[in-house]
Amino acid sequence: MASRGRRPEHSGPPDSRMIDIQTKMTERALELLCLPENQPCYLLDIGCGSGLSGDYISDEGHYWVGIDISTAMLDAALDRDTEGDLLLGDMGQGIPFRPGSFDGCISISAVQWLCNANKKSDIPAKRLYRFFSSLYAVLVRGARAVLQLYPENSEQLELITTQATRAGFTGGVVVDFPNSGSMGKGLQSSPLCSLATSSQLSLARAPHKMARRGLMKKSREWVLEKKARRRRQGKEVRPDTQYTGRKRKPRF
Amino acid sequence: MKLLTHNLLSSHVRGVGTRGFPLRLQATEVRINPVEFNPDFVARMIPKVEWAALAEAVDCLNLAAIPKEPIEGFEHDETFLRKMHHVLLEVDVLEGTLQCPESGRLFPISRGIPNMLLSDDETET
Repeated sequence: MASRGRRPEHSGPPDSRMIDIQTKMTERALELLCLPENQPCYLLDIGCGSGLSGDYISDEGHYWVGIDISTAMLDAALDRDTEGDLLLGDMGQGIPFRPGSFDGCISISAVQWLCNANKKSDIPAKRLYRFFSSLYAVLVRGARAVLQLYPENSEQLELITTQATRAGFTGGVVVDFPNSGSMGKGLQSSPLCSLATSSQLSLARAPHKMARRGLMKKSREWVLEKKARRRRQGKEVRPDTQYTGRKRKPRF
Repeated sequence: MKLLTHNLLSSHVRGVGTRGFPLRLQATEVRINPVEFNPDFVARMIPKVEWAALAEAVDCLNLAAIPKEPIEGFEHDETFLRKMHHVLLEVDVLEGTLQCPESGRLFPISRGIPNMLLSDDETET
């Protein structure tokens, strides 16, 4: 569970209420993963922590590899004797596996950490892109990634989905509201965001690359396109309004 | 770290790309863990295995040699599947190192967990 304010590498293992929530979230994530029935799969668990989600994956008959940045959490996973293999790693540095290694990927409350710059040299958009592009490669074609996360605000969520799209993923955000049937009653106090994406190469290429030809410099369309491009790069851009790119008086 | 994981791991050091596989394995402590045999899973993973890299790892760990390549009709050959199940899922490297074949970078393995953390200079941008 994302401990507000504390870096994931400094967090310890969760308490019993959090364990219950994590298990429920893993159940929901596996549901969204839409794996073929009765087939044992090889999955990647990003931010596996002490292996709570991994245990659920094992119980469902699948095999898994977990990556986490916290040695404390991984030590706890070792004590719990999890079945999956564990790796000490930083998802923002890329996923160190051969292409097409995994049938699916889940992540419980981890990906939003990529939005926090730990050091001055960290650029969240770059780390997110590195994560998503390498994740795309290590997934089997058509495989899904379900990333449950706690974005701080809509800008953060947009930054994440933008980089996922740039990396070739299609899909969208599933929001489970509190007390809705899918998550059970009274288990969470805020909406649960799951980014359910799949690597369907045929749908990957965004149309914006074609839009650049035939656009007159400085026209309203050009301005809008440039703003969209800067948003994709993860930069802060003022919202588009009816005044965007309007004709100014000659004194400009 | 199981040998199945080792067979899929690839170095993500900057500039290395596809030449980061296979990671050269060196082990100082190995443990054999009994794992429940699931023929479906083993049969599904065999096509993903890079056989030469697996044979090399088996050799490095001084285990009983495996067949040179997957035998014809392996999906139904229980003896073969059990043998591969043992090699891929029951052999656990607890202490040792993994070496990137292209950059020479060493990734230590401690308590069965490989440390794949890179420095800023080694990370692909």
